[in-house]
Amino acid sequence: MATKFTRLDDYESRRVHLKNLTDEELKEYFWKLADQTVSPLLELAKNNTSPSIERSVLMRMGFSSMEAKAIVDKVIAHQMMGKGCGHIVYRYSTLKGISIREAGLSLSGDIGFDEVLDSFEVNL
Amino acid sequence: MKPTDQMNIHEILSNLENYVPRRSGWIWRIPESNAVYGNYEYNDLSTPLTNSVPLPASKSFHHIDPQPIQVITTEIASGRFEDDIRRMRMAAWHGADHIMVIRTAGQSHFDGLIEGTPQGVGGVPISRKQIRAQRKALDMIEDEVGRPINYHSYVSGVAGPEIAVMFAEEGVNGAHQDPQYNVLYRNINMIRSFVDAAESKKIMKHAGILQIDGAHNANATAMEASKVMPELLVQHAINSMFSVKVGMDKNLIALSTVPPIASPAPDLKVNLPYAVALRDFFEGFKMRAQMNTKYMESSTREATVTHVMNMFISKLTSADIQSTITPDEGRNVPWHMYNVEACDTAKQTLVGLDGLLDIVEVKKEGYMKDKVREIKERAVLFFEELLETGGYFEAVEKGFFIDSGNYPERNGDGMKRAIHGGVGNDSIFERDKDYFAPVPAHFGMNNVAQYGLSESENPSKLIQGSTFEDRKKIQYIDELDESDNVNVRMSESEKYRMTNLVKPEVEWLADGVIVLDMTLPVSVKYAEAAALEIGRRFNLKEAIVIHKEILHPAEATRIQLKGKVDFDIDLTKLVLEEEPILLSDEEMRSYVEKYPFKIVAGTVGEDEHSVGLREIIDIKHGGIEKYGIECEYLGTSVPIAKLVDAAIELNAKAILISTIISHDDIHYKNMKKIHDYAIEKGVRGQLILIAGGTQVSPELAKKQGMDEGFSRGTKGHHVASFLISKLKELDNAN
Repeated sequence: MATKFTRLDDYESRRVHLKNLTDEELKEYFWKLADQTVSPLLELAKNNTSPSIERSVLMRMGFSSMEAKAIVDKVIAHQMMGKGCGHIVYRYSTLKGISIREAGLSLSGDIGFDEVLDSFEVNL
Repeated sequence: MKPTDQMNIHEILSNLENYVPRRSGWIWRIPESNAVYGNYEYNDLSTPLTNSVPLPASKSFHHIDPQPIQVITTEIASGRFEDDIRRMRMAAWHGADHIMVIRTAGQSHFDGLIEGTPQGVGGVPISRKQIRAQRKALDMIEDEVGRPINYHSYVSGVAGPEIAVMFAEEGVNGAHQDPQYNVLYRNINMIRSFVDAAESKKIMKHAGILQIDGAHNANATAMEASKVMPELLVQHAINSMFSVKVGMDKNLIALSTVPPIASPAPDLKVNLPYAVALRDFFEGFKMRAQMNTKYMESSTREATVTHVMNMFISKLTSADIQSTITPDEGRNVPWHMYNVEACDTAKQTLVGLDGLLDIVEVKKEGYMKDKVREIKERAVLFFEELLETGGYFEAVEKGFFIDSGNYPERNGDGMKRAIHGGVGNDSIFERDKDYFAPVPAHFGMNNVAQYGLSESENPSKLIQGSTFEDRKKIQYIDELDESDNVNVRMSESEKYRMTNLVKPEVEWLADGVIVLDMTLPVSVKYAEAAALEIGRRFNLKEAIVIHKEILHPAEATRIQLKGKVDFDIDLTKLVLEEEPILLSDEEMRSYVEKYPFKIVAGTVGEDEHSVGLREIIDIKHGGIEKYGIECEYLGTSVPIAKLVDAAIELNAKAILISTIISHDDIHYKNMKKIHDYAIEKGVRGQLILIAGGTQVSPELAKKQGMDEGFSRGTKGHHVASFLISKLKELDNAN
């Protein structure tokens, strides 16, 4: 069983290196630490996506929340999330010369994934 | 919409599919420089409202209603958004311009948007239809009060980005957004939460939505709120820095900050250094001052005092938004009147403290300096160890947050969350090199170059615009559930909607809830049981005790009992008291000039109150002297006989008695006495007897033999009008 991590208040000994900083220096240091803390989190966000992000993309493309959900579920099933769901819909609409909505609704009915997949493989 | 008409909810709900929000983005109040209201100059006001309900005491200050500079927030979410709309109107009239809608329990874990209008629990299911209805209603309400109203809800849970898109499309003005809230309080996977948060924030930035963070929750969750102060600075910094790096402007990032402790702890000594430390570190960001909820019990009085103390700190430091907590939140989901009370408390306090920092100064030496510095250093030390541990995720996994120790003290009771755990675990996907999304306000890697676009171009060009450029593309869903929607709920209470039938209500139309407030001369144990029995005899349904207060362990207990009445009142069958017909000033002056007369006046009994009667008489207060009536004022604590004898001697036409003390009904007893004494002296027929006072009921005064009684709010012209009408009547009779 994991033991609880406890520690008495050692503020006085820990603060020695901060003691002589001016208020302004302390503030700058605080924000530097904040920056270091969030930087890897932002990198993570830049290079990844999620079902909710992809649904939000599809909503902006003119799909209802439920239509967006159906499309994303299908894209996940076809293991194509890395391309972006909006991308897949856009690609299918250009491949078939149909509207964005027609393309998305078709994909939500599981029609068109093979063609989209092929088109990406051609590009590779 | 007329101020005298109720809002037509059916009308608001109609044609929502075509509703277009009139603006997007947050709006601050407009400062009013050199503001003068009545006899007073103010330093920290915003422009006035065109329609409002002023504070009760404004009667004594020419009915002024100065509005503080801070945006005032109220949270309205009873579970039925249709009834909340009416409460929003009430709150706006009392000074709220930031209306926050709490989400229904469980919406954070709902994987997508809720559509339609199901009933909520402890909040409202946030859906596009519900948002449109409330935003549409707020458009009408803001026109009525003459100040823009910010509408607000939450961008969190596992559907944050979708909610953000919907809010951007529907003109929502403010939102909570803080991935740490997901992680710590909703056990949503931390990786997912931060990945989603970047997208949500980017969308909010696009729509000018003000962001409020979630750090205040640590106060309410921590075992000892004063111990999490260093961590609170860290939580604020993580969300603020993350937001700035996503691209949000500092002036739309608001820190949700709560004074951590409350009296009987030494409130200011702990809360003020914390407030100063926070504002020092977070210069340039906005402060959303929230009120303390952690120590709220069922006493609305106690909560109100805590909240006034909180606002003292807001004024001593700074607050751009003053949020309010309803004083009944410790005992139930807030009721109408407590939203109004909370807004009034905020307005009253902030206006009362106008110009505070021009009068007093927070010390920068001694205790304050040491304490402020200590809090900051402890926060810095927290950050250092967080980074040494491997970063934010590792620190959460090791239970750094909401530990009850004053960091670096650790008690090992922090909230631990697994990096690879929680709702939505394993639900993020790495973007391929050719990842693409043809929409604006999208965060992170987006390979637009593969389609010949540059970074600065809007990717939605490729799809002839997104919903952000062309709202005709938005897909509106009305209802999904046939049995759980606003139409069904409204049909159940339709009988009471803008008809002649009325039932009392605290949150929903015709909910029938009333509160009985009573003092029982027994201990708590018996008082509670006795109160329930009283409720039963009153025929109250579902009666429960909502508040008990020991006045003395043996002598008495105060109880508040709520229950429902199952009858309604037919307005057409009510007998309304007739409004007195007032004569014009000119008519009264000419009557008195033609038929001059005297009156005798005084405060009777052992009663030293004089202000009320002087205001009725004195010319400078617009009293009856102004019409030429000659007044003989005999002072306070005047014996009954003296008044009647003076009236006889001076040949006065009337006696005005003032009686403020009402203990043991002494005021009514004195009325009867003067009436009887006048009869005994044989002058009752020639004398008009008038009684006035704050506790005087005109009906009961007449029963005690008075010709008329006057209560609160009476002015000289009411009394003069009655006197002259009565004299005319007597003249005609003779």
